[in-house]
Amino acid sequence: MNPAESAGPDTQWMIRFDKVVKRYGDLTVLDELDFHVRPRERVTLIGPSGSGKTTILRLLMTLERITSGTIEVGGEYLSHTRRGDKLVPADEKHLRRVRKRIGMVFQQFNLFPNMNVLRNITEAPVRALGRPRAEAEAKARELLDMVGLGEKALEHPTRLSGGQQQRVAIARALAMEPEILLLDEVTSALDPELVAGVQDLLRDIASRGELTILCVTHEMQFAQDISDRVLMFDKGQIVEDGPPEKIFTEPEEQRTRDFLQAILKA
Amino acid sequence: MATINPCSGDLPGTFGDAMPFICDGAVVTAQVTLGGAALAIVLAAVAGLASTSHAWLVRAVARVYMEFFRGASVLVQLFWIFYAMPAITGYRLSPIFAGVLTLGLNLGAYGSEVVRGAIQAVPVPQREAGIALNFSTYQRMRRIILPQAFVAMVPPGTSLLIELLKATSLVSAISVADMTYQANVTVSSIGNQFTIFGIVMVIYFLMAQVITMVMRVVERRAATMVGRETPKRRPPQMAWTDPAPTSAGGGGKS
Ligand SMILES: Nc1ncnc2c1ncn2[C@@H]1O[C@H](COP(=O)(O)OP(=O)(O)OP(=O)(O)O)[C@@H](O)[C@H]1O
Ligand SMILES: [Mg+2]
Repeated sequence: MNPAESAGPDTQWMIRFDKVVKRYGDLTVLDELDFHVRPRERVTLIGPSGSGKTTILRLLMTLERITSGTIEVGGEYLSHTRRGDKLVPADEKHLRRVRKRIGMVFQQFNLFPNMNVLRNITEAPVRALGRPRAEAEAKARELLDMVGLGEKALEHPTRLSGGQQQRVAIARALAMEPEILLLDEVTSALDPELVAGVQDLLRDIASRGELTILCVTHEMQFAQDISDRVLMFDKGQIVEDGPPEKIFTEPEEQRTRDFLQAILKA
Repeated sequence: MATINPCSGDLPGTFGDAMPFICDGAVVTAQVTLGGAALAIVLAAVAGLASTSHAWLVRAVARVYMEFFRGASVLVQLFWIFYAMPAITGYRLSPIFAGVLTLGLNLGAYGSEVVRGAIQAVPVPQREAGIALNFSTYQRMRRIILPQAFVAMVPPGTSLLIELLKATSLVSAISVADMTYQANVTVSSIGNQFTIFGIVMVIYFLMAQVITMVMRVVERRAATMVGRETPKRRPPQMAWTDPAPTSAGGGGKS
C-alpha cells in the first residue's frame, strides 16, 4: 500500500528494529540489531542466557530506554518523534498512544495484590482506556471464562496458584486489546504440573491468528506449536532465522546446534 | 453504686482536687495531638511523594524541609515559631496554634521518610506491570503503588503518632494549658507531685494505647486490602495455661 519511503516508518511491518543498540554502562547487550516482524506473525526468540531476549521485549514495552537506533511499531516510531529532519525522544503522550498496541505477560505474573481478580483485569481498561466499568467487567468475565477461571472473579490473586495467576495475567493483558503480545518465559516460574494449562491457553490464543506474538521460551515443543518463525540470538545478534521445524530439526549454524543440545540435556 | 464522673471533683482527696484540672488539660492534649497529627499526615504525604519525584527541584525542596525539621530540637522550633515569627512577620499565633504547627511540621518531616521508604519498597515489577497496561504516571501512583505502600506506612506511622502525643507536653512551655501544664499548676498549688504526675503518666499511657488500638485496626484493614492476613496478635501464651483444644490452629491458612 505504502510506497517505500527511504527513511520513514513502514506499515508492512508490525515491528521493526533498525540498528538498535542497547547498552548498560559498558555492556553492549544489543549491537545494531535489525529485525522485522509482520502483522500477525508469531515469533519465538531463543538463545543462551544473557543474549538479550528479555531486553528486546522490555525495549518494546518501553520499560527500557533505547541507546541508539529506532524501533517502529505498526508504522509508528515507538519512542521517537520526528521534529523537522531529526528524530527526538518522544513524550509521555506519544508513548502512551503507541503502548496501547502492545501487551506483555511477565515471568512472575505481577498481578496487583491490592485488587481482586476482576479488578486486576478491568482497572486498566477503565482507567487507561476510559471504558465504562460495566462494559469492562462484562469483557473481563468473558476473558475469565476463556482462561477457565470464571468462578474466581472476586478472589484475591494471592489465593490463586501460580498457573491460575498467570492465566489471570494473560486475561489482563488481553483486556487491553493489544495488537502485539509479548511473552517472556511465562511458564518458567510455574510448578511443572501447572505448565501445561498455561501453554494450552496460549496455544489456543495463538491459533486464532489475531495477534502478533513475540515469545521467549525454552520449551521447544511449545515454541514449535505457537510460532511461525524462530529467531536464534546470541550476544545481541540474530544467529539464525527460520521456521521452527527447520531450526529445531536441522539448524544450519553451529551455535544453534550447541544451544539446542544444551537445552535438551537440561 | 452510683458512677462518679472522675473529672467532676467528687473523688476523695488529691484526686478530687486535681482531676478537674487534669481532665481539662487532657482535652487540650488530645486536641493538640489530633491537630498535629492531621497536619503531620498531610505534610508527610506531600513531602514523601515529592521526594520520589523525577524533578530534582521538587526532591530538593522536600529534602530541605525534612532535614530542617528533623535536625533541631522541637522545643527550640516551638519557641522560634511562637516568639520569633511574630517579630519577623508581625503576625502573632495563638499558643495552641503554634504548638499544632510546630508538632505537625516536625512529625511531618519524620513521616515523609516513612512515606518515601514505603513507596520505594513497592517492588519495581509492580510499576512495570502498570506501564505495560498503559496507566499514566499518576494512575500508577494512585491505583497501584500507594495502596500497596500504605500497608508498610502504618506500623512506623503508629510509632510517630505516639511520639507526637508525648511531644505535645512541650507546648506547656508556651503556656498552652495541656495536661502537663495543668499538672504543674496543680502541683504548685496543692503539692503531692507523686500522685498528680502519676495520674498524668497513666493518662498519657492510656491515650497511647488508644492510638495503638486504632492503628491496629487500620493496619489490619490495609493488609486485607493487599491480600495479606495480619496475624492476630494473640495474648501471650502463659506457661501455666493448658492449650485449649477447641481453638487450636486458628490462623492456619496458607
Ligand atoms: N538493568 C540492567 N542493568 C545492567 N545489566 C543488565 C540489566 N538488565 C539486563 N542486563 C544484562 O543484559 C544482558 C542481557 O539480559 P537479558 O535479560 O536480555 O538476557 P536474556 O536473553 O533474557 O537471558 P535469560 O535467558 O537469562 O533470561 C545480560 O548480560 C544482563 O546481565
Ligand atoms: Mg530473559
